[in-house]
Formats: sequence, C-alpha cells, structure tokens
Amino acid sequence: MTQNLLEVNELSTYYPIRKGLMQREVGQVKAVDGVSFAVKEGESFGIVGESGCGKSTTGRSLLRLIEPTAGQVLFQGEDVTKLSREEMRRKRREMQIIFQDPFASLNPRHKVRKILEEPLIVHGIGDAKERKKLVEELIVTVGLNVSQLDRYPHQFSGGQRQRIAIAKALMLKPKLIVADEPVSALDVSIQSQILNLMQDLQESFKLTYVFIAHDLSVVKHFCDRVAVMYLGRIVEIADKHSLYRDPQHPYTQALLSAAPSPEPGAAKERILLQGEVPSPANVPAGCVFNTRCPAATDRCRTERPVLQQTGDDHFVACHLYPAAGQG
Amino acid sequence: MGQTLLEIANLQTHFKTDRGVIPAVDGVDLTIRKGEIVGIVGESGCGKSVTSLSIMQLLPKPVGSIAGGSIRFKDEDIAKAGESRMRRIRGEEISMIFQEPMTSLNPLLTIGDQIAETLRIHRKISKKDAKAHAVAMLKKVGIPRAEQIVNEYPHRLSGGMRQRVMIAIALCCEPELLIADEPTTALDVTIQAQILDLMKKLNEETGTAILMITHDLGVVAEMCQRVVVMYAGKVVEEGTVEEVFRNPQHPYTKGLIRSIPRMEDDVRRLYSIKGSVPLPGTIKQGCRFAPRCEFAMDRCAAELPELVQSGEEAGHRSRCWLNG
Repeated sequence: MTQNLLEVNELSTYYPIRKGLMQREVGQVKAVDGVSFAVKEGESFGIVGESGCGKSTTGRSLLRLIEPTAGQVLFQGEDVTKLSREEMRRKRREMQIIFQDPFASLNPRHKVRKILEEPLIVHGIGDAKERKKLVEELIVTVGLNVSQLDRYPHQFSGGQRQRIAIAKALMLKPKLIVADEPVSALDVSIQSQILNLMQDLQESFKLTYVFIAHDLSVVKHFCDRVAVMYLGRIVEIADKHSLYRDPQHPYTQALLSAAPSPEPGAAKERILLQGEVPSPANVPAGCVFNTRCPAATDRCRTERPVLQQTGDDHFVACHLYPAAGQG
Repeated sequence: MGQTLLEIANLQTHFKTDRGVIPAVDGVDLTIRKGEIVGIVGESGCGKSVTSLSIMQLLPKPVGSIAGGSIRFKDEDIAKAGESRMRRIRGEEISMIFQEPMTSLNPLLTIGDQIAETLRIHRKISKKDAKAHAVAMLKKVGIPRAEQIVNEYPHRLSGGMRQRVMIAIALCCEPELLIADEPTTALDVTIQAQILDLMKKLNEETGTAILMITHDLGVVAEMCQRVVVMYAGKVVEEGTVEEVFRNPQHPYTKGLIRSIPRMEDDVRRLYSIKGSVPLPGTIKQGCRFAPRCEFAMDRCAAELPELVQSGEEAGHRSRCWLNG
C-alpha cells in the first residue's frame, strides 16, 4: 500500500466581500468549503469542475499561495497550514505549481537561463557552475535545447513556454506538482505533447500530481483518481474508471453527458441542466446542487449531504445514495 | 442537396505587418448550402477566424484586406460589395456571433435596446413593436423572465445568458447565414451544451445556415454536417463530418483526431504531432504541414499539393501528395 503524500482535511478558503468606503466586511465567498481528500505518492489526482467551483482556489490553498481559512493540509504528515512564512517558503521546494498561462508566470525581462536558475539561487543550491549544469540538463529533459536558454519567453510558442514553466517547477526536484489547467490554453496538437511530457517526468522524477482541469477527457486520460467539485465542495470522488463508468452524483452525470464527443453520431443521452451555477457568495442551503438537480427532494434543500462510500474507492455526497450498512 | 448559399472561391486575405505581407488566408474555397451547418476547424493562426471576418468585411482596416478571390452570397460577390451594401447585409442576411459576448454587447444600452437597434436599422417598425419583438426573441433563445431581462444591462447577465442575447440579436432579422466564431469556447461545458442545443434547434426551426468556427473537434462532431480543416491559411481537407472523422485522409487531420484524449478510450500515451503550430506566412513553399508531417517526402517541401478528391465519398477532398 502506497503512502499518502498529501492529506487534506476539511479545507476551507473564504474570501471576504468588502463594501463601502471603510471596506467593511459584509459577507464571505466560500470558494472552498470543507474539502477533504488524500493523494497517494506517485499518483495523479484530478480535480474537475466548472468555473467558480473552487478547484483553482483549492490548488493554491494547498501551497498557501492563498491562505486557507480553516482545515489541515498534511504534506508527508506535516500540517503545512501551521508553518511560519519562512518555513512555508522552504517547504515549497517540495511543492510546486504550474499555471494555465505560462506567459504570465515567466518574467518577460529575463532570459530562460535566469528564469530557471532563480529558484536554485533563492534556495541556495549549488555554486554557479553546478547551477549552470542543472539548468542545462533540465532544459533538455523538457524537450528544448541548450541554445534556447539565452532567449526571452516571448520568443517561444505557447507549448514551448509551458515546457519552460515545467522545467522551472522541476528545478528544485519537488515531490508534488499542482498543475492548474496546464494544457487549457494550448492548441490541440500541442496539448498531447505536454501531457506526454508530464507523464514521462512523473516516472523519471517520481512526481505526484494534483491536476486541475475543466476538460473531462483530459482528466480521464491523465489521472488515476478524480474529485468532482461544485460550488466549493467535492460532490464525488473516485477511481477514474469507476467515476467515468458509473458516475453517481447527478451533477457528475450531467457534466459527463454535456461534454461533446469527437465521435460523430455517437448516440448520447444528454442531461441538460437547467439554469446556471448560483453565486458562491450566496450558496443554496442543504445540497449546493439542489437548485439545478433533476432529482432534488425536500431533504436536499435543508440537509447538507456528506461524502459516503458507495463502492470500492468511490465516494459520493448525495442523499440519493444511502450510506453503506443503512441500506 | 440544398441550394448553394455562400460560395467562397480562392479567397486571399492579406495582412500588412512589420514582417511584410502575410497571407493569413491563402486560397480558400468553401461552400455552404441553405440550412446547412458547416464547421471550420483548425488551430491558432490557421486562418479560420480571418476567413469569417473576410465574409463580413470586418477585417481590421487598413492592415487586413481581401487581396483576391470571390465570396458569392446568393447571386452577389460580396467581397466587392461597398460599405453601405455590407451594412444592409450584416445582421439582415448574414449575422455573426463571437467568443466573448461581453465585448460585443454595448455595456451602456439595455438588452432590449440592443435587439431593437438591430431591428429598427433593418426593418421599419415602431419602437413599441421592436421592444415586443425583442421580448419574443429573448423567449425564443430560452431566457427566463424575458420581460424583465429586456430592461437589464449586459453586466447583469452570466456568460451563457449573454451568448443567448447575442444569438437573439444575430437572429432577430432572420438571416440566412449565421457565422459563429468559437461561440462556446469561453463557456463551461454544461452551459456549452445548452448553447449548442439552442443553436441546433434554431437551425432546424428557421433554416438559418450556420458556419461554425472552432478548434474543438467534439463541437464539430456534434453540430456540423460538413467540416473544413484548415492549416496555415489553407484548406487541407473537407468532407462530411461522418467521413472526415471516420476516414481522415490528410496526415494533419489524422494527427489531430488521434491526439485528443477520449472518455471512451484507455491509452497510456497520446499520439502527438511533433513541432509547433507555424506563425502565419512563415512557410511559403510546398505543403504547409510538411515540416511536422511524419510522411513527408522531398516533393512535399517543394510543391504544394492540390485539394483533390480522396477517400470513398464524393466531395471528400484532401490536399496531400499521398492521396493524389
């Protein structure tokens, strides 16, 4: 049994809503509201959901790029939410993040060489010669060449920039990489290159990924287990085969049925959801999905469902599924 | 087979830039029949959006201009139409919707005023009738509480609702052709499903033909009858969606279809096309795809293949020396 590298318990991240001249706090946006999951070492753990579901905030809260409001983030058994700023900064050697838009995360005034060397300098690794060697090794590892180190980010295509961002994340040999929509901004023919690269690196660097995306087929391809988020909560979490074969939460079912299939004439029973995602500043009582759920009952409007196990490595937060043993 | 509605022949659209003249669209042929849904699919810089802007004569002036070819809409070459004629055509006969509905809506006008504006430009009707028509259009595109929404401003609506409003504006004069440039790219999947469903329904009810421009093969497979695949300013393959997806002929089309992950499949590694998408105008000779093609021969880099019949079905054409 492989160990859990990451364990997240009841993680919540709220944003204050401020109003008026005094910026008085008038409410809260519960971007992430009591989320729990565990990621095994060497695993790719997917988080899917639509915009505003809290998947990116979850990813950033893990690294405390956004401070979580409550809950635990256990990384190798240590609660990183309790670390001081300086301790956290050092901890990030082992926890890195890559973003959707590599152009925004690479300093446009620095050459690639400097961009890649910087994390090494910040964390005091090696002397100039050793650092140079490390940088030159890694740029080749991500599929670029040494001569490209003396160029600026704007001289690269989107796919190449994402390779540079990946190299930058790998410089410190992290254990965990949070990848926030890493291929969403890329052209179709480039997406598969980057996904393949990330898989190769996972093997050679023994990486664990938290892979955040809205594209269900990309997540199915890339991840081992998947959590589905809606309005700040995890509604279902399962082994990917189980999730895609037998989606249980009505939201997961609708989400899977909504994705257009590149198979012409594929007979698909589409569940068209009514309406839109409610504002996270004003979430519905009970089950957050009850306003759009085709199967909602009175109980769903008052009582919040908790995640319960319905199968081997399959958990769902829905009143339609009785807890095991209660039948 | 329906009557031809739009026929583009050898369209050349050039952009004057610091790097010289760039042929963003380089000899494109395209036919749309009445009531048909045709997709143009391709990656960034392939010229799919420029093709649609050329049809509408909405190219950024004076940088972009149509340098050659014709765009026959019914019996008229609209590539040569003047601005006043184009103004009659836009909205009345051909309408267009874009990826980001917020930038196409005027933030200072109510939803109702914006629909009414289009109506009053093209039809001689009173303000009152225009407003009534606006409410009816909003209902038709599935906007709840249409009577109230008609008086709201665009920022009060969500992305999906704004795109519905755009569709209402685009269709209020019952055009014969709707050009939709990545209409659902900025939307969430569940909202995308709603909008695609709506567009399909309106196509069936009103017979408005749709030119769907997208990078998403799933959207094409679901919506379109025919598809045109573009690469670096040229059409590399065209045919019925069924035929092109099941029996792709051009190595680029094959590669694209193979490189997308599918929910039904379980493959350890995805196929990938090597190299990157070329900047427009950088490849001037031979097959534009040759530098990335795994089947490229000497001839491919030197000579540009013609778009010729290939595959089994009539009208399935591809631009590749392997299929000549």
